[in-house]
Amino acid sequence: MTEVARPLPRASVPPVPLTGMGADARHAAGPDYSAIVDSEAFTALRKRFRRYVFPMTALFLAWYLTYVLLAAYAPGFMGVRLTGSVTIGLVLGVLQFVSTIAITWGYVRYARRAIDPQVAQIRQEAGVDRP
Amino acid sequence: MIEAAQSTGNPVLNTAVFGLFVALTLFLVFKVSTRNSSTSDYYAAGGRFTGAQNGIALSGDFLSAASFLGIAGAIAVNGYDGFLYSIGFLVAWLVNLLLIAELVRNTGRFTMGDVISFRMRQRPVRAAAATSTLVISFFYMLAQMAGAGGLVALLLGVHGKGGQAIVIMIVGLVMIFYVLVGGMQGTTWVQIVKASMLIVCVVLMTVFLLGKFGFSISALLDGAAEHNPKGDKVLTPGALYGKNGISKLDFVSLSLALILGAAGLPHVLMRFYTVPNAGQARRSVVWAVGSMSVFYLATLVIGYGASALVGADVIANSTGKENSAAPLLAFEIGGPLLLGVVAAVAFATILAVVAGLTITASASFAHDVYANIIKKGNADAPSEVRVARLTAVVVGALSIIGGIMANGQNVAFLVALAFAFAASANLSTLLYSLFWKRFNTTGTLWAMYTGLGSCLLLVIFSPVVSGKSTSIFPAASFDIFPLSNPGIVSIPVSFIAGFLGTLLSKDQGDQARQKEMEVRSLTGIGA
Repeated sequence: MTEVARPLPRASVPPVPLTGMGADARHAAGPDYSAIVDSEAFTALRKRFRRYVFPMTALFLAWYLTYVLLAAYAPGFMGVRLTGSVTIGLVLGVLQFVSTIAITWGYVRYARRAIDPQVAQIRQEAGVDRP
Repeated sequence: MIEAAQSTGNPVLNTAVFGLFVALTLFLVFKVSTRNSSTSDYYAAGGRFTGAQNGIALSGDFLSAASFLGIAGAIAVNGYDGFLYSIGFLVAWLVNLLLIAELVRNTGRFTMGDVISFRMRQRPVRAAAATSTLVISFFYMLAQMAGAGGLVALLLGVHGKGGQAIVIMIVGLVMIFYVLVGGMQGTTWVQIVKASMLIVCVVLMTVFLLGKFGFSISALLDGAAEHNPKGDKVLTPGALYGKNGISKLDFVSLSLALILGAAGLPHVLMRFYTVPNAGQARRSVVWAVGSMSVFYLATLVIGYGASALVGADVIANSTGKENSAAPLLAFEIGGPLLLGVVAAVAFATILAVVAGLTITASASFAHDVYANIIKKGNADAPSEVRVARLTAVVVGALSIIGGIMANGQNVAFLVALAFAFAASANLSTLLYSLFWKRFNTTGTLWAMYTGLGSCLLLVIFSPVVSGKSTSIFPAASFDIFPLSNPGIVSIPVSFIAGFLGTLLSKDQGDQARQKEMEVRSLTGIGA
């Protein structure tokens, strides 16, 4: 789990500067969304965001469905005792808790390193936040 | 001992502890209710809550009486299969964390309708969003209020239907008062107080139980199996859903609805607007995941503990059936005082969850229907808040009437059904509108109405409504659809309908708004 959740090394993800935005975009009445959406910085942000959340969603859904299907169709396997009266089913159930917490922790870490700085950069260059 | 707990415990003590909770929360509601005139204050508490506060409140919204009493009871009586609910409810939060919370916070202001109508034609999409919000909130609320009657009988010793109706009415009136005076700010504080009480309570019970079994999970499980007529079967899946192919498929269907429904529940979505930005929305989910992990693991111990110490037979034959597992266990280990606390927490749970649902329903009607459909976006804030308060009173009154009428009916399925509705109608439209450029108004309407409609139709023709001794109409039989939970059919149907509706329509959508939404959802620019 942690292997997949490991974020990119800090150094490899410096915020990509926002290009293609005229000076008027910063001072116009509203931000120029069309320019932002096509900018390199925004494309990079979207890519970083989706590259993490889509595979991770697929992963936890698959792992949950595996567990559900085992519980429904392989109760014998789930009933195998590991130690004392603790069964495989119980351990797998608790592992669902563990994986949920691990994915949450992994995402928060990834977002802090790879997403938040990029968002801050785009907001700053769009004139929403002061530098 | 158990005889006493079964009938009443100590009604005076139970009422006193509950009264203390109401007094404390009323004090809080009054204290925070100074600013409630603007729409942002009333609907979203001005976005002033921190992620941690909102995370606890989120778990308060999510951990309904069905979670607390229902799951502990299901584990006590049916063993492992009760635990399966807990897992679905928890893992579901990853959908919120990864795909929904931050984007929804950035895109919308007050309601789910804000997000899905952002780049669509306002009126039809807002109408669809409001319909779905009201339907889901009403089903969810009915389940909470109907459970209140049984709880009254169990904990206050009120057995007559008339007496129970009066208690349901009092609970409903207190709830309406919270919403009217406190708005979202007050309602959130009620959730925070209630969720903290609930979690402290279950953690203390869990530590005590573990101590009693020498901190050996295995000993606890052996004890549970020994005092359950199902014996060792409570340690493996299947006691509840393992009967035949249909029941297994029903379980898979339920699991899908649970995991995909949480992110589409309107009252959960609305909570993300009570924090100032997407970062705090993320923190909200982190706190919610943390507190709910603790809660659901504790319920596992409490459920098996109740079976071991009270006995599954005693629980199944008591006044409140499965719902009485946690209260009976509390009486067994802590006497009337602990039972009083658990009883108060259970009542507080119903009160707080219904308050959260009421404010959601009233916000959706006032903001989506009144301000944006009837007034076409030109409503002034005071009149919009007035409409919201008025709607809250109407919704509250309906929930009281519904609760009294549904009292004693088998309505536990309504919670699972609300999740199926949310997963079918809301999740598909939310995900498409956040992630699929091409998605348009036709697709939105198709996905929503097909999801809602197929869910409703399948339930009407399911064994929940007719054909079984446990059905609403046991004498009739038009149960052509064999599953109790429609999720496995209605969720894919909604996704497919949204896809086809989009491609089959010539509507290319509003490109500028699409770009704005994309930027706004990811960066918060313009939010």
